[in-house]
Amino acid sequence: MVLLQRPHILLLLIGTHQFLQCWIAFGSVNEEGQKQEEFSEELLLKPLPDHKLLAHFHFQSSGPPSTSNGCHHHLFPKAISQLVQKFRIKEMELSFTKGRWNYESWGGFDPLSSSNAKPPGVELWAVFDVPQHHIDASWKNLTHTLSGLFCASINFLESTATYSTPEWSFPPASGNVTYGTLPCEAVCTENLTPWLKLLPCRDKAGIALLLDRPSLYRGFYHSQQLHLTSTGSSSEGIDSGIILEQTLTVVLQPNSEMAIEVHASEKHIQPSWSLSSIFGKQVSGRCVLAKPSSVYLLLDRGLPAANGLTSENFWSNPSFELSANPDRIFLEESSSHSKSLSILYMFQVEKYCESEPFDIGLMWKVPVAWLCQQTPLHASRFLMGSGNERAAIAISLKSTQFTEGFMSANSKDGSCELRVDVFQVVPWYVKVYFHSLRVFVDQQPRAVSDIIEKIHVSPSKDKMSPGVMEVVLKLPCRVNTAALTIEFDKGFLRIDEYLPDANQGFDIPSAIISFPNFHASMVFLEDDSLNKSPLLSKFQEKCPVMSYTEVLLVPLTTPDFSMPYNVITITCTVFALYFGSLLNVLQRRVAEEERFLKAKAAKKTGRLPLLLSKLSAKLRGRRLEPLHSPPSSSSFINSKLVLKVILVAGLAVGWQYFFS
Amino acid sequence: MEKVKKKIGSFSFWNWVTASIIFRLILIYFPKNLNLSSRPEVSTPLTSFRRLAEGYWLKQSFMSPYAGSMYHGSPLLLSLLGPLTINRIEGQPNHLLYSLVSVIADVVSAMLIRATGQNLRLAYLRSLESLDLVKQIEVSEFLFSGDIAALIYLCNPFTIVACVGLSTSPIENMAVILCLYGACSRLIPLAAFGWVIATHLSLYPAILIIPVIFLLGCGPDSPPRKLFLQRHQQKEVLNQSKLPPRFSWGPVIHFAFWAFLWSVYVLVLCGISLKQFGGLWEMFKSTYGFILTVEDLSPNIGVLWYFFAEVFEFFRNFFLIVFHVNILFMILPLAIRLRHRPCYLAFVYVAICSMLKSYPSVGDSALYLGLLGWFVNELADMQFSLFLFCGYVGVSLLSPVMHNLWIWRGTGNANFYFATAMVYACLQIVLVVEGVSAMLNHDRKLRNLITGKPQDAKS
Repeated sequence: MVLLQRPHILLLLIGTHQFLQCWIAFGSVNEEGQKQEEFSEELLLKPLPDHKLLAHFHFQSSGPPSTSNGCHHHLFPKAISQLVQKFRIKEMELSFTKGRWNYESWGGFDPLSSSNAKPPGVELWAVFDVPQHHIDASWKNLTHTLSGLFCASINFLESTATYSTPEWSFPPASGNVTYGTLPCEAVCTENLTPWLKLLPCRDKAGIALLLDRPSLYRGFYHSQQLHLTSTGSSSEGIDSGIILEQTLTVVLQPNSEMAIEVHASEKHIQPSWSLSSIFGKQVSGRCVLAKPSSVYLLLDRGLPAANGLTSENFWSNPSFELSANPDRIFLEESSSHSKSLSILYMFQVEKYCESEPFDIGLMWKVPVAWLCQQTPLHASRFLMGSGNERAAIAISLKSTQFTEGFMSANSKDGSCELRVDVFQVVPWYVKVYFHSLRVFVDQQPRAVSDIIEKIHVSPSKDKMSPGVMEVVLKLPCRVNTAALTIEFDKGFLRIDEYLPDANQGFDIPSAIISFPNFHASMVFLEDDSLNKSPLLSKFQEKCPVMSYTEVLLVPLTTPDFSMPYNVITITCTVFALYFGSLLNVLQRRVAEEERFLKAKAAKKTGRLPLLLSKLSAKLRGRRLEPLHSPPSSSSFINSKLVLKVILVAGLAVGWQYFFS
Repeated sequence: MEKVKKKIGSFSFWNWVTASIIFRLILIYFPKNLNLSSRPEVSTPLTSFRRLAEGYWLKQSFMSPYAGSMYHGSPLLLSLLGPLTINRIEGQPNHLLYSLVSVIADVVSAMLIRATGQNLRLAYLRSLESLDLVKQIEVSEFLFSGDIAALIYLCNPFTIVACVGLSTSPIENMAVILCLYGACSRLIPLAAFGWVIATHLSLYPAILIIPVIFLLGCGPDSPPRKLFLQRHQQKEVLNQSKLPPRFSWGPVIHFAFWAFLWSVYVLVLCGISLKQFGGLWEMFKSTYGFILTVEDLSPNIGVLWYFFAEVFEFFRNFFLIVFHVNILFMILPLAIRLRHRPCYLAFVYVAICSMLKSYPSVGDSALYLGLLGWFVNELADMQFSLFLFCGYVGVSLLSPVMHNLWIWRGTGNANFYFATAMVYACLQIVLVVEGVSAMLNHDRKLRNLITGKPQDAKS
């Protein structure tokens, strides 16, 4: 009995012990967990000058350091924390983008656009906390994991021919960045659903409720991002765990019927909109797990000035009408780059509930026109040349209204310079001739060494690595246009290396143009309350100003895909023709020689003894004597036969040995 | 009478040489070289001038010239010709200096061909004399094969295009011709130098070692030794002095020694110029490895690019072996059958290589067509010569048209261009086969003249 009871007691003991441990652990988490594991949901709405509306969803979860509570999480997605632990990711960003950010009308010099304007398709970069020689393996595993997590073909980035390691011209991160893009990846809801699964409330409650698929994918631009920062395994004292930022930026066209009805005569009036009109849904309260849950309306720097808004009258503005009363209003701190300031209206979702859903609408009363703040130089990229043999890539930089302002600000010192970094990756089948790099400033060809301060090139290896070019340009401030051109040959691929739709062409990923001397930030007054909002604190960070150029579509020559058998057979026939006819010519005897040989054959029985005697005669250095006693024919045939058998057997043995 | 003829011949020879040089210079002055430098017929990945410039640029910016898959030539070429890709004289076309170097290389090659041709002709006449066939074959009708070969080489449109199109093949051809010239005139160090450089530049001339050994061992082309013995048996006097010399190993060992010396020298030079980069192994991988594995599939006048673009990955290695072994397989039978005619053997080898090599260009064809001129007297009875001539003209006119239709206009497809490449390969095959058969028939004719039997009908 005692023996029987013992295991029970043991089990009970173990059980209570574990329960106690768990309970203690849970308690400790509860103590600190409030501080550590947090989730916030925010939405920022911003009217754009070209009658569109930008909606920027920002969800941030922060996980505690992995050491403090093992692998248990309350809010933080487990898949992500495992990913970070397994591959020791320091920083990572994955973005799925459809459409192209319109830098000219949507701006490029504010935190929103410089961190959310992304190249079309998938872009992934990561910084690993592993030794240099392990990076390739980590990257490969990471791409495969992400491709499984997000239902995308990110695993195509695993091959060394698709990713690169920029050294200094990729501003978002420094150090050993691994960078890869898939410009031709189609982005759709199947990528959005797994992304939403990482949110604690998914799209069932809170602001994420607005993510109505049909209205999202109807937009002009759609970019869904995942940004991971981890200091988990660093040796430094500060250990903030993992911060996961999920952002979704969409540019939508508000349904302008309402505006037309009201102001049919006014064509230039901005369309009025409300959350329910653009997303077809309303926010029925916050996600209960989200700590700050707020909606912002941002009026851009240019807009209040154009609107006649001043710091006195922005509570009761004359030009537009808000359907909900803002809880707070923030005014931007004055910055050096611009005269006018942005205004931010904040609405707290906590106050609203199911019976009284949150909906905000903006109704314009008078037509307004303004301009977004643009990057110092507007970059675009295009292909030159025709035909499928060779072409040239041109990156052109055009001055914007910003440069004029900058120039006038800096006009005191006569020789001011504008630094521009260019980072360009080309796939290996675009064979770039780096010696053909030309620089044009204001349409005048200039010596490369005058303008280019620093250049780093890693030429492409066939099927091995892409070509990478990093250039630092020093342009004079008064520059109107600048252009870089570089020639390339179009490669010819094997039949199985073409994509399914080969005649469509191949994409060259966007070039990244960054301006390291400029940083975009938006600092709002009344800092104390802003610290709680991750979105606004992110705005306050100085983020580098950069812009992506267009993706280029390079048509490549295709072979005839239906021909492999024909080509193989025809070519082999020609080779056989060559071999056969040449051998025939070489061993052919004309009539006279044949007769002579026949006579010889009648006299002599075999060629082998003759050869042997010739050899021995050669060896002895004497002239060939005729054979006196030819060997008996039967023994010779036997020896020949034996020789042949031995030869065949030897060949077979050799073959067997070689292939075993 | 003959003297007058010779005078006229030599006079017009120099006229033609000057005319061809002037023609080249005129073409060089055309803007952008008439875009010849980017024609696939002229610039293969191995001979392209732009790739040379890219390699030089990489080297100047302290990177290995083989860092990308751009340059696949020799590092020596880079040090010698690289500076010419950048240096320029004010107000002159960009690549004037480089073009002038190619013109000089062409002229030197032509002069070497002429000297070798004269050498061969003298040897031929001497052997006919010792066979007492001078009267039967109208020696006075004999053409100056050296002059003809040199003129064929200089005035061949293929050579002109390769020279003006800034490809490196004039220099590779010069190395091959230097090797043959050295072997013919028994300048053993020169022959070894030519052979080593030619092998270093384009690998395939390595098999020329067999004709060179024969040349050094038994002297230039002559009818088979058996004929001499027969002739003297008929006369029943064995005059040793009139017999062609037996094979002697002395010059061959001498040659091997010099070849070893030169190759060590070349390797050391390459090693020095690549010291701070990948070293010699990287050089071998991206020159010889690139030639043997047919990595670049850009179209050229050969057939292998399309074959390897279409063939299934699984069979790739098999076919690579098959195609390269095809060259090697023919070495031995040809060497046995044509061992008494080493220069002709060299011609056949060069023709086979330029037909089967991975990245053929018209420069290679120019070389063997020039060498063909040496044997105008022997090959007078060659069949299909008009057909071959028309074929060459037709292909060289059609091939650019098809390329244009496919690449630039997009109205044709790859098969159009591949078809011309196929026809070109067939023409070369017919040329080689008919050439070999004509030479063997010529030997038969000589033997029949000696034995006094009526000439057999050619089979």
